[in-house]
Amino acid sequence: MMSRHEGIEAALTKKIQQGGKCLVPYITGGFSGYLETISAAADAGADAIEIGIPFSDPVMDGPTIQMANDVVLSKGITPERILNDIASLEIDVPLAIMTYYNVVYRYGLERFAAELKESAISGAILPDLPLLEAKPWMDTAAKSSIETILFAAPTTTDEQLPEICENSSGFVYAVGLLGVTGAREELASSAQVIARRCKEVTDKPVLVGVGIGTPKQAQEVAKVSDGCIVGSAIVQRLLDGGGAESVGEFVTELRTALDTI
Amino acid sequence: MAMNEPTELGRFGKFGGMFIPETLIPACQELEIAFKQAWSSTDFRKELDDLLHDYAGRPSPITRCDRLSEELGCQVILKREDLNHTGSHKINNVLGQALLAKRMGKTRLVAETGAGQHGVATATAAALFGMECVVYMGEVDIERQALNVFRMRLLGAEVRPAVSGSRTLKDAINEAMRDWVATVEDSHYCLGSVMGPHPYPWMVREFHRVIGAEAYSQCMDVLDRVPDVVTACVGGGSNAIGIFSGFVDTEAELVGVEPAGGAAIERGIPGVVHGSLSYILQDEWGQVLEAESISAGLDYPGIGPEHAHLADIGRARYEKVTDAEVIEAFQLLSRTEGIIPALEPAHALAWMSRDRESLSGKTVLLNLSGRGDKDAMQMMEVLG
Repeated sequence: MMSRHEGIEAALTKKIQQGGKCLVPYITGGFSGYLETISAAADAGADAIEIGIPFSDPVMDGPTIQMANDVVLSKGITPERILNDIASLEIDVPLAIMTYYNVVYRYGLERFAAELKESAISGAILPDLPLLEAKPWMDTAAKSSIETILFAAPTTTDEQLPEICENSSGFVYAVGLLGVTGAREELASSAQVIARRCKEVTDKPVLVGVGIGTPKQAQEVAKVSDGCIVGSAIVQRLLDGGGAESVGEFVTELRTALDTI
Repeated sequence: MAMNEPTELGRFGKFGGMFIPETLIPACQELEIAFKQAWSSTDFRKELDDLLHDYAGRPSPITRCDRLSEELGCQVILKREDLNHTGSHKINNVLGQALLAKRMGKTRLVAETGAGQHGVATATAAALFGMECVVYMGEVDIERQALNVFRMRLLGAEVRPAVSGSRTLKDAINEAMRDWVATVEDSHYCLGSVMGPHPYPWMVREFHRVIGAEAYSQCMDVLDRVPDVVTACVGGGSNAIGIFSGFVDTEAELVGVEPAGGAAIERGIPGVVHGSLSYILQDEWGQVLEAESISAGLDYPGIGPEHAHLADIGRARYEKVTDAEVIEAFQLLSRTEGIIPALEPAHALAWMSRDRESLSGKTVLLNLSGRGDKDAMQMMEVLG
C-alpha cells in the first residue's frame, strides 16, 4: 500500500520493484468536484496524482487544460484555496502540484515550499522552469523535502539528458512529443524514443506524459517507460461534466491496461 | 556601462533569463550560438546592412519639427522609423532574424503580433526569403487592425487568431510559443520585441541598435551635440531599446512612455512570464493581469527585462499617458507637421505635450517608431 507521506519517488520505485507500471493522472485543481475526482482516481489505482494549479498563461498546455484553467480562474479560485483543500484531503497516494513558475515566484520560494509541505504535497512540476533556471527553487524545495520533477524533452541533447535525470526527483517526466499537452489520435513515435533514452541514463522512475490519452497508448508507451502521466483525456471528462465517476472509470481502464503488459 | 552583452543565462542585472519549457532550451541555445557567430561575421553583417539599405530604405532620416517645437516650447526632432519599408522600426529586427533563421536552415517563421506591424514585417521577410509564415494575433486585435491582417495575408502569411485570455498580444505570444514547442525543428520563432527568453532580448536589441547608432551620428551632424532628452514609447520596448542604445553612454536623459493601462514599470511587480523575469502587471497570486490600451502594439502587461534593469539602476525613467492624451497627440503631430504617427509613438509625444513645461528650451529626440495608416480606421471611429 502506498502512503501519501512516503514521497513520490519512494512510492513509484516500490511499484516498479514489484514489477508494476506507474500511473499518474492529472486533475485540474479548483475544478468543480475535483477533490472527489482525486479520491476516485486514487481508489481506481493511481500511483501518484498530479494536481494542476491554474495559471493565466499556461504556455505548455493545449486547449483542454487551458479551458479547465480558465473555468477555475474565472471563479476566482486562488492557489491558496487549492492548497488548503488538498491539505484536508484524506487520501493515501503521494501528490504533486503542477503549475507555472510565476505562481511559485509570487508566493516566494520558501513560503511556497513550506505550504506544499503543510498540505502534504510531495512534489512540484513546473514546466516553464528548466534545469538551467531551477537551482534556486530546487535548493529551497529540498529543504522542505519537496521533490522537483524535471522534464526530459525529445529535443534534449545527449549531453543534457543525464544531468536532467540526475537532478530530477520523484520521477523523470519524459515529454512524449514535440508539442503542448493534449490527447492525440496516435502515440507519437517519439514517446518510446525519449523513454528509452532516459532509461539508458537513469535508474529513477521514467514516466512519459504529453500525448498519452488512451489505455492502448498508455500500454504501448509503458512497454518502454516505467509508466505514464495522463492529463488532458482526464480533464476532458471533467469538462464534459462526467465528474469523479467518469474519471474513476477511465483511471480503472488505464490501470487495467498497464497491469496487463 | 549599460547595454552590454547580458550575463550568462541572459541576465540584465537581476532581470531576464530562460524560463521556458525544456523542449525549447536547445533551440534557444542554438539560436544564441548562431546569433553570436553571425553577429561577428562580416559576411552576415554586410548582407544585413545591404538589405537594410536596399530593401528597408535605411538610413531613416531625422526631421526637425519647427511648428511642433513652437507649439511645445522645446526643440523636437523625430527619428523617422515610420519611413522604413512596412512602416515601422519592426523591419530591422525581422530582417536580422529571418536572415539568421535562413542561415540556421529553418524554413518556417512563427510570429506574434499586437498592432500587426511586427506581423506585417515578418510576413514581408518570409515573402522575401521564400519562407513559410504563421502569425498569431489576438482576436480583439484582428478586429481593430483589419488593414494589417489583410496586408499579412496578401504577403502570403497565415494569420491565426489567439482566442484565449484577453485575446490580445499576450495571448498571441502564448500561442506562438505553443506553436514553437511543436515545430521547433524546422521553425524559427521570430519574436517581435526585446522580451522572451534569452537570447531574444539581447538579439532583438542588437538588431535595433541601428536606430540609435544612426540617430546619434545624425544628431552630431545637425546639432553638433546629443539631445537633452531621448524618448520613445514602450510596450515590450524594442524601438525604445534601439534608440536608447545610441545614447545610453551620453548625458542624454532617456524616457520611455507606457500606456497608463499597461504601465509595467510603475504598477508591475517582478515576475516570470513569456520566458523572462521582469516587471509584470499581476495579481497577488501571480496571475497576469490584462493590459488595457487604445494601442494594440502597447497592449502588453509586461516589459522587456533590459528596461526593467534600466529603470532599476535609474538610467532611464518611465512615464505613462492616458488614451485620451494619446488621441490628442495623434492629431497634434498630424496637424503641425503633416506626419500621421502610429498610436504607439503618439504615446511619447503625448508625454512631451503634457510635460512641456519641464521640457521648456530643451532638445528632445523622439523615436517615431511607425506611421499611422494602420490606425486610421480606428481613429475615424474615435474622432467621428
